[in-house]
Amino acid sequence: MAKFSLDQVNDMYFDVLKEIGNIGAGNATTAISNLLNIKVNMDVPKVAFLTFQELPSAISAEEDTVVGIYLEVESDIGGSMMFVLKMESAHYLVNRLMGRPDDYAEEFNEMDLSAIKEIGNIISGSYLSALSSMTNMVITASVPYLAIDMAAAILSVPAIQFGQYGDNALLIQTEFGDEVKIQGFFILMPDVESYDKILTSLGIAL
Amino acid sequence: MATIKVGMADLNICKAPNMITTLGLGSCIGIAMYDPVTKVGGLAHIMLPDSTQMRNNSNIAKFADTGIEELLKRVIAAGANRRRLVAKIAGGAKMFEVKGLSGIGNVGERNAAASRAKLKQLGIPLLAEDTGLNYGRTVELYPETGEFYIKAVGKTLKII
Repeated sequence: MAKFSLDQVNDMYFDVLKEIGNIGAGNATTAISNLLNIKVNMDVPKVAFLTFQELPSAISAEEDTVVGIYLEVESDIGGSMMFVLKMESAHYLVNRLMGRPDDYAEEFNEMDLSAIKEIGNIISGSYLSALSSMTNMVITASVPYLAIDMAAAILSVPAIQFGQYGDNALLIQTEFGDEVKIQGFFILMPDVESYDKILTSLGIAL
Repeated sequence: MATIKVGMADLNICKAPNMITTLGLGSCIGIAMYDPVTKVGGLAHIMLPDSTQMRNNSNIAKFADTGIEELLKRVIAAGANRRRLVAKIAGGAKMFEVKGLSGIGNVGERNAAASRAKLKQLGIPLLAEDTGLNYGRTVELYPETGEFYIKAVGKTLKII
């Protein structure tokens, strides 16, 4: 039997994550649709394997302000995950949730920030349940942590996590929306042992 | 005046009147080094504190220890005098208020500590720093004056 090379494993892992991205984004779209009581369509997510030098500018210009939602992943696997929303998308979602006009763009208040965290929680939960059902593992997440800052600074957090094992990061980009497209980026960062566990549970031999 | 841009896990040198910058430092550290007489400087953007803790450590600009050593070599090769070299650092923020000290929570703090320790070991005086807290920073080094500009979202420009 042919031995797997690391490249092959990465290819298979890549496909699996793409599938998780698909299912996760589907779940997330349904959840957002119910939450906001609007019809939401979703495009097929794009998955990109990037060097961490490319990561900070993959979402937005380095100094553009973005919203980052960070959660720690626990139980059968360890690690963390991040969901990044462009500022316009965050404003749009919050305005919809708060019943404000779409063009309202004042600075977020405390209520808005909680709303964003909740949206992040729902979206992240959608991805995690997709991962959980594909791997048959129990995966839970911590409370969401929120930061609104320069894209490069937010993305330094996943870049550092990936930087500990290699020079690449995996980014899943989803676009969903009705008349306005909402752009969200999802980054899953399993720790080294969990990476192996995920592959094994998916039946990908190492 | 030209602007030299340093990416993540990257470093470069800069001579006056040019300026060298790195955008959006989060938990990473920007280490600026310059010789005030020859006005030769350099900037490193490191991500992790210690290369010896990692299996994959081929990218020397990624770590505080190897990155600072390489930066020192490069600025000397570009015409800086080692005995006149001084340093300034910025970054090392805790971007998310994650509870507990495990993993990523305090990596910014560890990066700052490792950078200070390496500079001390190499005998390069650390003139000023702007580290910690919870926000991202863009930094610019002007070797002409040695000024290190720190820009953050919603904050006034800080010069150290």
